[in-house]
Amino acid sequence: MAGILSYLVFFLCVVLVLCILTMGLNLQWGFTGLFNAGVAGFYAIGGYTHAILTAAPNPQLMGNYGLPWIVGILGAVLLTALAAAVIGLITIRLRGDYLAIATFGIGIMIQLVALNLERWTGGSQGITRIAKPMGAAFDTPMAYNLFYLAFLIAVVVLVYWALERILSSPWGRVLRAIREDEVAAASLGKSAVSFRLQSFVLGSSLMGLAGALYVSFIGFVSPFDFLPILTFQVWAMLIVGGSGNNRGAMLGALVVWGVWASSGVLVSKWIAPAYAAQGAAIQVILIGLVLVLMLLFKPRGLIGERAVVSRHLVW
Amino acid sequence: MILQALVDGVFTGAIISLGAIGLSLTLQIMRFANFAHAEFMTLGGYLALAIVWMIGPGSPTLGLTFGWQLLVAALLASALAGLMAWGLDLLVFRPLRRQGAASLVLVFAAFGAALVLRHVLVLIWGHESYFYTRELQMGVMIMPGMRVMPDQVFILALAVLLMVVLHLFLTFHRTGIAMRAMAESPALSQVCGIRVDSVMRTTWIISGFMAAMAGVFSALTPQLHPELGSNMLLSVFAAAIFGGVGSLPGAVLGGLLVGISENLFLLVADPGYKPAMPFLLLLAVLCLRPQGLLGERSS
Repeated sequence: MAGILSYLVFFLCVVLVLCILTMGLNLQWGFTGLFNAGVAGFYAIGGYTHAILTAAPNPQLMGNYGLPWIVGILGAVLLTALAAAVIGLITIRLRGDYLAIATFGIGIMIQLVALNLERWTGGSQGITRIAKPMGAAFDTPMAYNLFYLAFLIAVVVLVYWALERILSSPWGRVLRAIREDEVAAASLGKSAVSFRLQSFVLGSSLMGLAGALYVSFIGFVSPFDFLPILTFQVWAMLIVGGSGNNRGAMLGALVVWGVWASSGVLVSKWIAPAYAAQGAAIQVILIGLVLVLMLLFKPRGLIGERAVVSRHLVW
Repeated sequence: MILQALVDGVFTGAIISLGAIGLSLTLQIMRFANFAHAEFMTLGGYLALAIVWMIGPGSPTLGLTFGWQLLVAALLASALAGLMAWGLDLLVFRPLRRQGAASLVLVFAAFGAALVLRHVLVLIWGHESYFYTRELQMGVMIMPGMRVMPDQVFILALAVLLMVVLHLFLTFHRTGIAMRAMAESPALSQVCGIRVDSVMRTTWIISGFMAAMAGVFSALTPQLHPELGSNMLLSVFAAAIFGGVGSLPGAVLGGLLVGISENLFLLVADPGYKPAMPFLLLLAVLCLRPQGLLGERSS
């Protein structure tokens, strides 16, 4: 019983982190129409920055400054925003696919750096002893995980509330206007490039925040936490839940991660260890099929975007 | 060292070019970035493997490690891969186009399709590497510090032949001209009575065929594994964009540039960073000349 409960707490913590990631992607894709194929990359930038800034000093590694937790979080968000700004400045004025290709490249680059820049990232060994908020105040891991769960719920509620506020503000309306009709928005004096860039940077910083929150929960980081498949999973979460709706994004994170985790359990139970690679392949095929079939048959997702009609419109 | 890197760069460049040609055509004619393109390369490699298992790689001839059977397997596998590329369009992309989906939604579906394709191959063949033949080949010294394998020369010659044939097709054949018209302006070409469906079918078959040939060549030097295509995806994109989207000579030039710079990069950098080179080239070209070297600025 205690085992199930502690797994449930762990599972929910992961889902909450994924909620932040999915809402970041929703800002970019759902509200602005920007294609980010490097979700795992931005997530990893956040995770590694936090790790390098806050991990307890280790003579084998550069970095590991042992800075306070909050410095790690801020640093992670800032560096992810910077990376997104560089990529965005180069590609956002070009055709939409080029942003997809460039962000796809970022995902690969981060993976390379994480694996090869061993002096900083620990290579495949990763970085351990990363700062946890209030880590000393709890006796048992279970008590700490419960605290972290409550903390993550608070963060997710805050992010959700902040996103809803800015999306219903004039700024959010401009984003949707550009997504629907760029020429019309431009004719009203709104610079599409500048608004897109803002949305892209903000969404990516949320992904960086999610990465930092994840590693400060686990206390450990390695390249295997940020495999490229994560990008597809987050995309599947957004599409299943319903892009353009933050509540849909969160529902999608819960549903898709639930299906992924339980299919993993089933695969490990039913399939002999010798065929583990095949079992993992089946899981990935499932994610790919979900993506394509949702796009074909239910493009709005479970709860899609609400149709908004101006209250000044006379019926 | 540098000479050897240049020679190796030309060989890998030729393979990248073959991949980039199809990608460039779909980017320009279908108007979306087909992230599943690299999987056609892997698919071609495995289809050829299946055929080689049936008919054998043939006995080594003319200093090559294989006989005419492998060539037959490559052509047959590539034709099959071309048909499957078209099949993917019928199953996934055409229904989305009919729904009026935005081009980025197609990009997204391509990602999903790529995942499914690659992992179906893993499901069947697992993660191990395969070789078409067990024959070993020694490089032939053609100049001091410059070794070339007969297999590589054969691949280069065949790649050049394919490119020339495709160039002639695009320049003189009615369907080729229609493809270029579609690339220029889909609306105008429809007004001129060009059958859009048949142009798209030809485009898919050609790009699948070229990609699969690239996959077989890459698997021949030296091995086949499920990440063969996806590891090259960034290089292929970089080549297509570098040369100028929609331009066949551009894709060839881009492929050679990417191949050579990857190999030169390895002289100075850790091999682990190899995929960084196409990415940096890509960013550089998007910064300085987004239409590519031989591309025209679209309005």
